[in-house]
Amino acid sequence: MSEPEETGKYFHSVQLIEDKCKGCVTCIKHCPTEAIRVRDGKAAILEVRCVDCGECVRICPNQAKAAVADTLESISKFRYKIALPAPALYGQFRGGVKPERILAGLIHLGFDDVFEVAYAAEIISGRIREILQQPDRPMPLLSSSCPSIVRLIQVRFPEYIGNIVPAASPMRLAARMARKHATETLGIPDEDIGVFFISPCPGKVSAVADPVGYSKRFINGAIPIAEIYTKLHSFVYNASDKDVTDHLCKASGVGIGWGRCGGEVLAIGAHRHISVDGIHHVIQIMEEMGRGKLLDMDYIEMLACVGGCVGGVLNVDNPFISRRRIRELASQDSPSESDAAIAERQAQLLQTVTPDMLGLDEPIEPRPTLCLHSDMATAIQKMEQLEEIVKTLPGIDCGACGAPHCRALAEDIVRDLAVETDCVFKLRERVHELADEMAELAAKLPPAMGVLGKGPTKDDDKGNSSTAGTEAGS
Amino acid sequence: MFRIDGGDFAGAGAVSSKIKKILQHIGTKPEIIRRASIATYEAEMNVVIHATMGEIALDATPSIVHIRILDEGPGIPDIDRAMQPGYSTAPDEIREMGFGAGMGLPNMERCADKLDIKSVVGIGTTVDMVFRNE
Ligand SMILES: Nc1ncnc2c1ncn2[C@@H]1O[C@H](COP(=O)(O)OP(=O)(O)OP(=O)(O)O)[C@@H](O)[C@H]1O
Ligand code: SF4
Ligand SMILES: [Mg+2]
Repeated sequence: MSEPEETGKYFHSVQLIEDKCKGCVTCIKHCPTEAIRVRDGKAAILEVRCVDCGECVRICPNQAKAAVADTLESISKFRYKIALPAPALYGQFRGGVKPERILAGLIHLGFDDVFEVAYAAEIISGRIREILQQPDRPMPLLSSSCPSIVRLIQVRFPEYIGNIVPAASPMRLAARMARKHATETLGIPDEDIGVFFISPCPGKVSAVADPVGYSKRFINGAIPIAEIYTKLHSFVYNASDKDVTDHLCKASGVGIGWGRCGGEVLAIGAHRHISVDGIHHVIQIMEEMGRGKLLDMDYIEMLACVGGCVGGVLNVDNPFISRRRIRELASQDSPSESDAAIAERQAQLLQTVTPDMLGLDEPIEPRPTLCLHSDMATAIQKMEQLEEIVKTLPGIDCGACGAPHCRALAEDIVRDLAVETDCVFKLRERVHELADEMAELAAKLPPAMGVLGKGPTKDDDKGNSSTAGTEAGS
Repeated sequence: MFRIDGGDFAGAGAVSSKIKKILQHIGTKPEIIRRASIATYEAEMNVVIHATMGEIALDATPSIVHIRILDEGPGIPDIDRAMQPGYSTAPDEIREMGFGAGMGLPNMERCADKLDIKSVVGIGTTVDMVFRNE
């Protein structure tokens, strides 16, 4: 027997809305980790494999996949509420809206303080610069800021976990700095403080609830950008100037730039670097790395969403338009700032935090989800069975069995999660065989059979059964 | 057993990807998967670039992973020389595609725990690589 799939071990923001799912198999074909199967006519997500990238949320034609997150009401549980806006939020408003309006809007929604993740991003950039100076660093370093990519590496490329840059995510640093300020400077008891990330994506929502690489949580919840957008929008465009102060704005354009693909490598001043956006493209680059290529690269920025975080499924505006806005903001206050000047500012900012706030405090573990059995000898046997089964399947990857392709069905069969006749072609073959067998059996009916029915049954029944016998025999 | 076609650059890398997936399925350690993937890719590319047709066979036990790449092709006249980093007979058009640095065989030697090459000129080449799973 195969080991049962573990459930309840990982928190997932991405969930199925059962009533809406038609079992159409669209999502199973697009899932980058093959984490979805259609079972009993509904798409079921395999928890260990899901990386919460949101691809299925994007692709589902019936809107049956959604990101579950916190609501704005949930902040009321805390006496002192802090919002951590993702850099992508600044890109959601057209017409050159200044960041101070957006941040003031968050206060208007009920938060007591706002701490910009973009500000922390600049500090983390400084930390990554330091790591890039280390002569014995792995090459290339892989960015750790997108939680779906970190999980993708755990699930599909665990052999490159060691290349993930050991720097905290800007979101986490922001949370720690904001909390520290509230407890130490304002004297608010830690348990009274509620820190909420304003999230562009389900990946971050899951990372808040179930962080990878960290032992302790500093963030109490994550609220989708889309959830607060309507309220925020009306403040941003209607508030009078006197309701807007700029004391909340501390982030530079360099930090805000993290909201789009390419912003991170600009901020860290990496020389040989690649920026990849879109999880399927990231997989291609990781495969290239797996062939021993790209070893001369310093840094690879990898983001699950096309365009970077502005492409997250919990945003509102078109990602390309918000990307343009982020780019504008990134160069607005310092259009010609030299890399040396940026490095200098980051080095100074680094002095304002303690080293323990800048790194991971737990190893990132592989998630060996592809392994067929924990005992290798058994796994090898199952692998051999798998190859045999694949040979008998039609190989047209139709998806009707609920698995993304024939090989995946074979994998599910050896894991005892599916049976051969889940394949419609196999089922048809079996039906054929059975029909032939039945016909054969029917033909073999002894003539006395008709007589057997005579006693207890009615006359018309007898007539029927003898006809059946004759037909089968002819 | 997977087939590799000489000159098939579009499909190049597909076979080593399959090998990698199998190694993941049987629970091979990530560190060995990393080395085996690089080495298998280099061997696969040597068949694509230098030979006509080849096959890869994988044989795994809990203690070792054995990968054999067997090809029909020109063979290697001087294996010691071919093993030298930087030695390559790849023609210009192959170099333009980013191959032919003469680093494939040295990489395979570095990645595998044991590398054994047998070659008959005019017939073909057999490369055996062993990775120890402990
Ligand atoms: N399967 C093979 N059949 C025939 N000749 C081969 C084969 N594999 C290697 N060789 C010979 O050995 C040489 C060195 O191989 P190696 O893999 O080290 O370098 P390369 O393939 O030329 O370049 P690179 O691998 O860096 O792209 C090749 O140029 C070729 O002459
Ligand atoms: S790229 Fe940004 S928005 Fe998209 S999943 Fe990653 S962190 Fe979230
Ligand atoms: Mg080579």
